[in-house]
Amino acid sequence: MENIYLTLALSPLIGSLIVGLAGNRLGRTLSHTITILGVAVSTVLALYVFNHHVLEGGDVFNENLYTWMQIGSLNISVGFLVDNLTSVMLVIVSFVSLMVHIYTIGYMVDDDGYTKFFSYISLFTFAMFMLVMSNNFMQLFFGWEAVGLVSYLLIGFWHGKESAVEANLKAFLVNRVGDFGFLLGIALLLAFFGTLDYAETFALADQVNGQTIFGDMSVITVICLLLFVGAMGKSAQVPLHVWLPGSMEGPTPISALIHAATMVTAGIFMVSRMSPIFELSDVALTVVMVIGAITALFMGLLGIVQNDIKRVVAYSTLSQLGYMTVALGVSAYSVAIFHLMTHAFFKALLFLAAGSVIVAMHHEQDIRKMGGLRKKMPITYITSLVGTLALIGFPGFAGFFSKDMIIEAVHFSNLPFAQWVYYAVVAGVFITALYSFRMFFLVFHGKSRVDRHTEEHLHETTSSITAPLIMLAIPSAVIGYFTIEPMLFTGWLDNAITINSETHGAVAALKEHFHSAFALITHSVMTLPFWMMVGGIGTAWLFSLYRTQWADAIQKRFRRTNYVLESLYGFDRFNEIVFVRGSRKLGDLLWRISDMAIIDQFVVNGSARFARFVGSVIRPVQTGYLYHYAFFMIIGLMLVLTWVLVSGDNPLIRLGS
Amino acid sequence: MIALSDYLILSAIVFCIGLAGIFINRTNIIMLLMCVELILAAVNTNFIAFSYYGNDVAGQIFVFFILTVAAAEVAIGLAILTLMYRNRGSIDVDVTNSLKG
Repeated sequence: MENIYLTLALSPLIGSLIVGLAGNRLGRTLSHTITILGVAVSTVLALYVFNHHVLEGGDVFNENLYTWMQIGSLNISVGFLVDNLTSVMLVIVSFVSLMVHIYTIGYMVDDDGYTKFFSYISLFTFAMFMLVMSNNFMQLFFGWEAVGLVSYLLIGFWHGKESAVEANLKAFLVNRVGDFGFLLGIALLLAFFGTLDYAETFALADQVNGQTIFGDMSVITVICLLLFVGAMGKSAQVPLHVWLPGSMEGPTPISALIHAATMVTAGIFMVSRMSPIFELSDVALTVVMVIGAITALFMGLLGIVQNDIKRVVAYSTLSQLGYMTVALGVSAYSVAIFHLMTHAFFKALLFLAAGSVIVAMHHEQDIRKMGGLRKKMPITYITSLVGTLALIGFPGFAGFFSKDMIIEAVHFSNLPFAQWVYYAVVAGVFITALYSFRMFFLVFHGKSRVDRHTEEHLHETTSSITAPLIMLAIPSAVIGYFTIEPMLFTGWLDNAITINSETHGAVAALKEHFHSAFALITHSVMTLPFWMMVGGIGTAWLFSLYRTQWADAIQKRFRRTNYVLESLYGFDRFNEIVFVRGSRKLGDLLWRISDMAIIDQFVVNGSARFARFVGSVIRPVQTGYLYHYAFFMIIGLMLVLTWVLVSGDNPLIRLGS
Repeated sequence: MIALSDYLILSAIVFCIGLAGIFINRTNIIMLLMCVELILAAVNTNFIAFSYYGNDVAGQIFVFFILTVAAAEVAIGLAILTLMYRNRGSIDVDVTNSLKG
């Protein structure tokens, strides 16, 4: 099996290196063939691994393959931990990546950086594999940083555009904040556990549990919170979410792959992986849940006022990530992973569909200038509909099962604030339906607002774009129905996730109330989330199709609320004022004090001036005349002799005696 | 009674004066010659003091030799000086630096 895992992880890297180094000479066709082949190999092997571990119940693979470095007794290795959680992640990552690779052929066709782009996304796939397959924190951190690096490279892919450069700088800096917390968490973990290996860490968790730090803070809580700061950065939770909407400056395929389906879910994956540690800290879990709820509700609200097609989907991603985080907070890790999976499919689908629209519209992204595309782009229309229905949780579609399970899990949770979080996630359903269908109606229905020139060229996109849409629409529609039972209730993820069901009984309670996937669908019409969703669709229809002028009227009526939403709650402005200007002022101050005053004036010029001063004092002694030196030597000798004569221990001459 | 050490201290002081004179005085070669004489006088004083206290006349005989040699040396030195003054118009020490690299 070891060779299979290695091939799985390394084949995208090999593809990426070949295309990255020799892309210009290979030409476009060969470049995309090589990278797609690499990822296709990974996909096939991922399915094989999934079959071996999950379906046939193969043993967990946990071995170090290579010693990266040995520092004292600390052994840092490159190793693989492949269990059912990893297998599920591998399938998601490789499949979505493969779809995005194929999609890119059509999307980037007239771009100069065609081969470079393929090299980057293959590299990303490799990094993501390393992240999910790692068996220790160091390799996790390596994958974590590597996906961050590729994300940075790809957000700024069109580096001629100033906004893209600003966005990737922002993404990079915000992720630094999260990664710093993450690194501190790993360091603290190393200090108290003495190992970076997952299995050893989890085995020691009970021993470390109860130790305290900084007075009476539980070590486990501090470690969990720091690790979660890392997850907040990568998975874009409030207040470190600001980079994700900006990342939409990058090409659409990477928005789908990195900023919706895979990389941003790394934080969710990481917390699930750390479930044996997180289970020990109710404080950390509550923080996780509340942060998730805030993100889920408030980021969804922002989606309503956005007019850029990609930004609407981006805010929806933020909101869905919030849902996953809420699930983590209530100890429903398997539900979070379940939502991660369904979300990966339908959100990748929505992004790629949005990209398809953008291509057809000649890179126009404003939904106010679209409308009536239904007839011109039937495949995109239908797949978008599937994706949107899955996103809002329409009964039967993938998102319905996962989101419903999250809401129910929150309902059963007994953590503090769980009641408030429940209201937040239920309200979130209404908002999700509202912004999703507002966008859907504005783009595909109603009267066309497309300008005449574009309208003439408007047609369905090429097959390399529509094929991935169809391929993603299938799992978006059905995967929830088929996987909800094995994944949540019959133990697909049991060998990777630990839940202390005595205190955190949400999943156990879910299991008790669960009968079958079909029963969930039929039962749904009697539940609050369903009617919230219907209300959302109705509201969206009312304001974006039936009476569009009402939307403007409401915007005018509630100008202040609108202002708050349009300024994105002022996070950007706050960061601008406090962090950007603050750090600039701090830098200015440090420049003046430490650079100019201490280093330049005191250390550098000071030492020079000191040397010059000492020189000017001593210089007269060094006349350069031999007889002066001889004179000083003789005088010195005489002084010494006189001193010996007159006042040594046993003076030869006693003056005055 | 004058002790040996008193003679030795006297001679050391004279020696030092002569030595300091050589180094400090940089204007006149005659002064240098005089300082050399002072040093020789200090040496002679030592000789005489040791010979007296050691009951050995050889030291005093040595002094005669030294005085003779010193006289000859001064004669030659003054002769050189005269010639130098004739050639250069000065007996300044700083002027006689034509061998300096």
